[in-house]
Amino acid sequence: MLRFVLRRLAILLGALFVSSIIIFLALQIAPGDPVTTLSGGRSLPPEALENAREQYHLDEGPLPRYWHWLTGLIHGDLGDSIVLDRSVATAIGERLPVTFELVFFAGFLIAVGGIGLGLIAGLRRGLVDHTIVLGTAVAAAIPSFLAAVVLLSVFSVQLGWLPALGAGSGVVGRFEHLTLPAVALALAGLAVVARVTRVSVREESEKEHVETALARGMPNRTVIRRHVLRNAAIPIATVTGITITSLIALAAVVETAFSLQGLGAALVQAASNKDIALVQGIALVLVAAFLIGNTIVDLLYGHLDPRVTPGARAE
Amino acid sequence: MSTVDVLVRGRSRRRSRLSAGRIAAGVAIAVVAFFVLLAIFGPLLAPHDPTATDLTYSFVGPVAGHPLGFDEQGRDLLSELLAGARPSLIGPTGVVSISVLLGVTLSVLCAWRGGRTDAGISAGLDILFAFPGILLAVLAAAVFGPSLTAAVPALAIAYTPYVARVLRGAALRERAQEYIAAGEVQGQSAWVMCTRHLIPNLAPLIVAQATLLFAYAFVDLAAISFLGLGVQPPHSDWGTMVAAGKSGVLQGYPAETLSAGVCIFVLVVAVNFLGERIAARRERR
Repeated sequence: MLRFVLRRLAILLGALFVSSIIIFLALQIAPGDPVTTLSGGRSLPPEALENAREQYHLDEGPLPRYWHWLTGLIHGDLGDSIVLDRSVATAIGERLPVTFELVFFAGFLIAVGGIGLGLIAGLRRGLVDHTIVLGTAVAAAIPSFLAAVVLLSVFSVQLGWLPALGAGSGVVGRFEHLTLPAVALALAGLAVVARVTRVSVREESEKEHVETALARGMPNRTVIRRHVLRNAAIPIATVTGITITSLIALAAVVETAFSLQGLGAALVQAASNKDIALVQGIALVLVAAFLIGNTIVDLLYGHLDPRVTPGARAE
Repeated sequence: MSTVDVLVRGRSRRRSRLSAGRIAAGVAIAVVAFFVLLAIFGPLLAPHDPTATDLTYSFVGPVAGHPLGFDEQGRDLLSELLAGARPSLIGPTGVVSISVLLGVTLSVLCAWRGGRTDAGISAGLDILFAFPGILLAVLAAAVFGPSLTAAVPALAIAYTPYVARVLRGAALRERAQEYIAAGEVQGQSAWVMCTRHLIPNLAPLIVAQATLLFAYAFVDLAAISFLGLGVQPPHSDWGTMVAAGKSGVLQGYPAETLSAGVCIFVLVVAVNFLGERIAARRERR
């Protein structure tokens, strides 16, 4: 087990390292002079240009430049945002809470709603099952940005139940403001998790060991708890984990739709403004979060399924 | 419920579901064909100039000659919708073509060469998994400027590991088959064995993957356009229409967002259904 964990952590570090190279290279392959790219095509006074040259070590080769960037990164120095006129680290610190809360909220909805609906549909045949199958097929095909605008239209504009834009203040205000975004972000993933849960519960309950247990006269509840759910838990946990980590990137879309000042929305604005330093900083944070999330899912998977041989690669 | 009972019920249910499934598949194919025709002829069918604005018609509802009414800028909604079909569908087609081409090449290379080539390519693909498609597309937009030509290759690269991972497993199983060894013994070149025998045998899986991928790419590209990093004004696709319609939604005029949203939703449902059906049919075989 320890070897499995260590190996997974080594892969994580390797992936983080390579991601940092890719994100660093993004600036290097941009057409034209890096200073022009950094300034987003704006004309800057000569001393600002000189500053930027010095700060980004543009007179040196790519390798020392990467080294400077990486060491700065480890010290928490991600450079300065030209548009926001403050350090990238500060900007990220301001934007992080909203994104974190949104992803956490949506992840909670997916875990509870998706697995719950999937269990109900998987364990009961008939009308309930058919309704959930149909409903999740529809929900899985609604892109988050569309869900966002439709929810805005129905619950904010038509019914006026929930606030439309912004992140709100205070615990209750924040909760009210994040409810619609979290639902929009969770909807498609929730449907996918429900469908996978339903299929794995259904498949497991049709296996011979379950029929044998029932034939031996074990009570239905016990069989479901000990034989069906235990085995079905593995694919369910995996797909739930993967779905929730994928929200990290998708949050950008929902944040933009609801005018939330989160990391993703800031990334999109920075990309439109060609604020490269900010784009690199946020991309790095999001990729790191995504990688760490996936590592946690993998470790949980190894914990849930003792058959996962430590160190072996999944085929 | 006895075992016999279960078997009988299972069988009869399966049969009735099959015929219902066939009808649904027919509908799905018709829907996809309709959208493909829209993408080809839509811009020609548009009754009005889709980019012509007239603020006096802002948010005016359906009138004669304008069956869907107007958007905020006073553009004819039906014309905008028809003209938007082409950019909406060309993008995902490009993504699927590139990532399937890359995925097939890499997976066959992995299966054929094995050893270090396989290990190297697999490690590279594992790292690419770390980049969600939308994130890579936003990065590309930041570096190359927002456009479909930046977003499509970025998404294609992000999707390649998903295609390659599935195909690699299948290609490895195929590689171990006896007919491959027989061909090699007869002195067939690797190129001939791969292009004439191995890849054709993977074709059903490739088609299933490509279909499901199309739905994902379509949604992601619409999302990128929604963010303003895809198709640029004055042109619009359905993603930009959902975004442009947001201010209308807030003022109580959801027509633009709804009409583009319905197009996106219907196409995704149809393509997803077909993809899952093709994949399920392949598994049964």
